[in-house]
Amino acid sequence: MIVSVASGKGGTGKTSVVVNLALSLGEAQIIDCDVEEPNAHILLKPEINETFPVELLVPRILEERCDYCGECARFCQYHALFVAGETAMVFPELCHSCGGCSIVCPREAIVEEPRQIGRVIKGSAGAIDLVYGEINVGEPLAVPVIAAVKEHINVNGIVILDAPPGTACPVVETIHGSDFCLLVTEPTPFGLHDLEIAVEVVKELGVPIGVVVNFAGIGDRGVYDFCEARGIPIMMEIPFDRRIAELYSRGTPFVEAMPEWRGRFKDLAKRIWKGVDA
Amino acid sequence: MNQMTILSGKGGTGKTTITASFAALARNAVLADCDVDAPNLHLLLKPEIQETMEFKGLKLAVIDLERCTRCGLCDEKCRFDAIQGFQVDPLRCEGCKVCVRICPVGAIDFIDRVCGNAYISKTKYGPMSHARLKPGMENSGKLVSLVRQNAKRIAEEWGHELVLVDGPPGIGCPVIASLADVDKGLVVVEPTLSGIHDLKRALELLHHFNVEPLVCVNKHDLNPENTKAVEEFCAKEGIEVVGLIPFDLDVTRAMVAGLPVVEYAPESPASRAIKDTWSLLERHFYD
Repeated sequence: MIVSVASGKGGTGKTSVVVNLALSLGEAQIIDCDVEEPNAHILLKPEINETFPVELLVPRILEERCDYCGECARFCQYHALFVAGETAMVFPELCHSCGGCSIVCPREAIVEEPRQIGRVIKGSAGAIDLVYGEINVGEPLAVPVIAAVKEHINVNGIVILDAPPGTACPVVETIHGSDFCLLVTEPTPFGLHDLEIAVEVVKELGVPIGVVVNFAGIGDRGVYDFCEARGIPIMMEIPFDRRIAELYSRGTPFVEAMPEWRGRFKDLAKRIWKGVDA
Repeated sequence: MNQMTILSGKGGTGKTTITASFAALARNAVLADCDVDAPNLHLLLKPEIQETMEFKGLKLAVIDLERCTRCGLCDEKCRFDAIQGFQVDPLRCEGCKVCVRICPVGAIDFIDRVCGNAYISKTKYGPMSHARLKPGMENSGKLVSLVRQNAKRIAEEWGHELVLVDGPPGIGCPVIASLADVDKGLVVVEPTLSGIHDLKRALELLHHFNVEPLVCVNKHDLNPENTKAVEEFCAKEGIEVVGLIPFDLDVTRAMVAGLPVVEYAPESPASRAIKDTWSLLERHFYD
């Protein structure tokens, strides 16, 4: 069972929902796919067991074979190669690792070599396993790091994926293959606007959707009206509560200080399982 | 001309709230919303679109099943796992062209794909450059670069001294594109442990790209201890903290009203703090 938690707008409480849900269930695997700014480990404080490098194959040009014909640079759709006169250069940060340059090179002058762009970190806190990724600062491509994190999914149990904010390719990479997607939003015009876009993405992926309204009580009714009109179930509301915000600021999952919420998160899980079967 | 990007690392820390208020206070800046996959600045600045540009991103491979001999070479060579059942999944295709090139019978076409639109608009606060990526599309940073180019061009043509850039969350591709050749990066942080973790990565990114860092703590009163930790960290690193903005429900009310908070409630605690921050920043720009 794979549940992804996404949002469109940032800072709506995805990570909070992920960690509190996992803790309430008692046993789960959390996969933090926000590799640009991972945060689940801050709330979960796991013991780290293993780390693995994330590498992309990037081209290296063998100068002794290259005759500077420029075929590789003309072919590369990402402008990661540059050939002029007697110079051939690789811009590794721009490379998507498609392998095209080495295929098109007529002189077999390109070899591919691994280059580290981030790492995967595995740890655990009690019966909760955590896998998260970290892209190296200055590296642009998050998707390969997300893919590397997702390779550690343990399909035999309950898996909760924490998505990055936004609605672009890193979010698609995260949600792809999920059985259910929980969209966490806030009841404000910003929350609504980004929820609408996120719903389009998740629908396109064919994954069933439920909404969690966080900071309920602030803002307006737009999110509720939208969900009703689109037939999207609101599966949980978390009120705007300064105590919850303060707990979060200290890195404490609020179910630990407010145990009455454990039951509510278990109910949320039941609604999700129902949503998957529906 | 000065260009400043408002960024955060962590999402939802108040970038857009602060940018919109700066827009209202600056009066003569060009505004750029570089969060192209979840843009919000337009909800506060109410732009009137003057010009729309179609944005074509990376191309898309399409298999012509009539010509396809089902040899499977494309699937074997595709590193993005985008080919299943002799069809290309447009959400996974990264437009690398490898399949087009290696198909032995030339059965794969390579077509343009419109990934979104870029807009040039006018607002009551000044011209605005913004965009909308189609949901789920590759945000390679190219659309962000287009938004930046448009903003810079307008500023140069119309003689604006300042470009204010509302950045996307994170530290990846679109953020890097929103920082290219800007002078200053203002990181908005909330005093939470996650916020501080993400602040440090955002500051590393600014350092990596040689952009002068500034920091502003939003909702500073939510956790005074963490706020102090941010201030101490910044002092140690020689980074100026230009603002401490208190938690204030008028910020949400202003959002519901569709106005920058400094206009909606000019005397509210958050508005006053944003105005103080702006006066400090103005000195940076015009000295």
